Amino acid sequence: MAKKTVSDKKKIKIPRTPIPEQDPKVRARNFKEVSLGYTEEDALLEASRCLQCKKPKCIKGCPVEIDIKEFIKLIEEKKFEESLAKIREKNTLPAICGRVCPQEDQCEKECILGIKDEPVAIGRLERYVADRELKRLADEGKECVFLDGTHECTREPVAVIGSGPAGLTCAAELSKMGFKVTIFEALHKAGGVLVYGIPEFRLPKDIVQKEIDYLQSMDVDLKVNMVMGKILTLDDLFKDGFKAVFISTGAGLPYFMGIPGENLNGVYSANEYLTRSNLMKAYKFPECDTPIMKGENVAVVGGGNVAMDSARTAQRLGAKNVYLIYRRSEAEMPARNEEIEHAKEEGINLKILNNPVEIIGKDGWVDKIKVIKMELGEPDESGRRRPIPIKGSEYDIDIDVVIMAIGQGPNPLLISTIPGLELNHRGNIAADAETGKTSVKGVFAGGDIVTGAATVILAMGAGRKAAYSIDEYIRTGKW
Amino acid sequence: MFKIIDKKELAEGIAQFDIEAPLIAKKAIAGQFVVIRVREDGERIPLTIAAYDREKGTLMLVAMRVGKSTALLAELKKGDSILDVVGPLGNASEIEDFGRVICVGGGVGIAPVLPIAKELKAAGNYIISVIGAKTKDMLILEDEMGAVSDELHICTDDGSLGYKGFVSGFLGDYLEKNLTGEDPKKTNIERCIAIGPALMMASVAKVTKPFNLKTIVSLNSIMVDGTGMCGACRVAVGGKTKFVCVDGPEFDAHEVDFELLISRQRIYCGDEGVCYDLYKEECKCRK
Repeated sequence: MAKKTVSDKKKIKIPRTPIPEQDPKVRARNFKEVSLGYTEEDALLEASRCLQCKKPKCIKGCPVEIDIKEFIKLIEEKKFEESLAKIREKNTLPAICGRVCPQEDQCEKECILGIKDEPVAIGRLERYVADRELKRLADEGKECVFLDGTHECTREPVAVIGSGPAGLTCAAELSKMGFKVTIFEALHKAGGVLVYGIPEFRLPKDIVQKEIDYLQSMDVDLKVNMVMGKILTLDDLFKDGFKAVFISTGAGLPYFMGIPGENLNGVYSANEYLTRSNLMKAYKFPECDTPIMKGENVAVVGGGNVAMDSARTAQRLGAKNVYLIYRRSEAEMPARNEEIEHAKEEGINLKILNNPVEIIGKDGWVDKIKVIKMELGEPDESGRRRPIPIKGSEYDIDIDVVIMAIGQGPNPLLISTIPGLELNHRGNIAADAETGKTSVKGVFAGGDIVTGAATVILAMGAGRKAAYSIDEYIRTGKW
Repeated sequence: MFKIIDKKELAEGIAQFDIEAPLIAKKAIAGQFVVIRVREDGERIPLTIAAYDREKGTLMLVAMRVGKSTALLAELKKGDSILDVVGPLGNASEIEDFGRVICVGGGVGIAPVLPIAKELKAAGNYIISVIGAKTKDMLILEDEMGAVSDELHICTDDGSLGYKGFVSGFLGDYLEKNLTGEDPKKTNIERCIAIGPALMMASVAKVTKPFNLKTIVSLNSIMVDGTGMCGACRVAVGGKTKFVCVDGPEFDAHEVDFELLISRQRIYCGDEGVCYDLYKEECKCRK
């Protein structure tokens, strides 16, 4: 039977399929996932919009070069499992990437439909096939297992330090090539930012766990509670027979502003606030034992995804007012548009062109934050217009919790124990962008520890490249 | 899972646990600590390593029951396991042949003083230990401290044993009695280590300051990860913000802002009370 195809002109007329979401007023008080995901109908309709370009531009926009054109075609043909397999050729964490990737800056930015209309919702489609498979397995009471659990790794042992996106991806690729990988994770749960940084309502932890289970089914050894540099050094690893080490310890150092009052009770780094809520499940206190301050009036300082996550978490913990204080304008905010929109819908108060100058306390607790208004001047080295304080425009906001979400740097704990490891001026590991090679033989690095805080997918891309590079190094012995 | 090889009640509400942790035991040095989680959904809490046995692969931890997490820990018996133990964390104590060293331990703080006193003794120091508790029944590790000290002085708040009063009171008198006579306030003691409740360490710092006696304290701030990732444990030392977990846990007592330390220790008192009360109710219902 001839396959029915929608003509290109008709495809262009189909608007981008909206994704069902929880109502903002409801979701602002719960931790359930905001975005409910496409139905099969939605997915088929959205997939039909794809023009199946002869020379697809979208693939170039993807940091791991997923064969987007093909996986969408397979959706259209209702070959969902094959579609997922196609994605998994290049991406080990599709359920995660479908949710957190900034597709609007990557694949969807290149989509030619986006020139005049809206691009194909590539991310939502990726999420659909991944979720569909997870649901199918759950319904059948099965585990998601690589090659039916028959995969055995018999090649050389390789150590991966850090079980965030870069480490997980590197481990998966190495394992596929037959290397026996051991992942060393400092925390008591694997996943890195996927578990401690990104909240439940954006990335459910049971999904992260399933992706990690899939990895472990690849004959990868996962050791938690291992703070490398303390319990074992790199020397110990090489003595134990590991042939190469991939360092992917992430952006685990909180930045504070250095303004007066930052050590008052009620001032958090975003790392602490989110770790308490996401990893330690403080949002379920006292069912879970870790407490978190539930401020009535919360100020979050920053404009990135971490700031959005912190603000939206504070809202869900019952805050009356959540202020997002950002020194530039909304257009300059590094956060994903989707996150900013969701935050606004949920009632977060954006105080743009404002910067804190002091946190004022009472009896050791946060009482107010003094803020100064800003205006934009000439661009700085990031290309964004430099914010300049307007003299005499200070004012106070009554608050009881402040969350500093102004960036995260490289944690020096492991790095300081590796002699000869070259760092850049910010303390990040200097590593080749294509191979992940550092200045120490046999030691590779990738992800936020190299680039500074960035995205899940970029970290995954680095993990992937490093895996191939490690394979070459071990095979050839050439450094 | 970290098995409890042995458990001893040292005093009412204070227990000693010997746990199987071979990799940590291999690397641990005096001054370092571990972060533990007793159960799934539990809190992460820091506990100083009171002793380690590299051959047996065990660590000794001492904990006082003060809230839910330490109560859960206290419920565990020999043969049970602690879910997560991570370490060794923090910087090691400075161990050198200083000469004459006073080691002050207050309450459950005596446990972290023990390995430091032991290593200082092995390095050739003359160890003067001052240990204190509320009553003689609450005094822990007396024999162990005696074994590593050249002088052992006991203080109890109620006078049931030894000097009646706080360790800081005893210390003040002791220092006055050991002046060299050269400088108006110089003693024949080179260093002081003090570990215990924050108020105790603050008092000791006040007492030793006029004698210009270098005093090292080990701070017990609230922690979450213990690896410098979150900043929960931040304190002010010499006017600068430091993280106890990676810059410490030991600092120069005369530089520490004890008021800030004590203030920040109070952040979750309300929630901790709620949680502990619910737990105690649960325990009642179970019985």
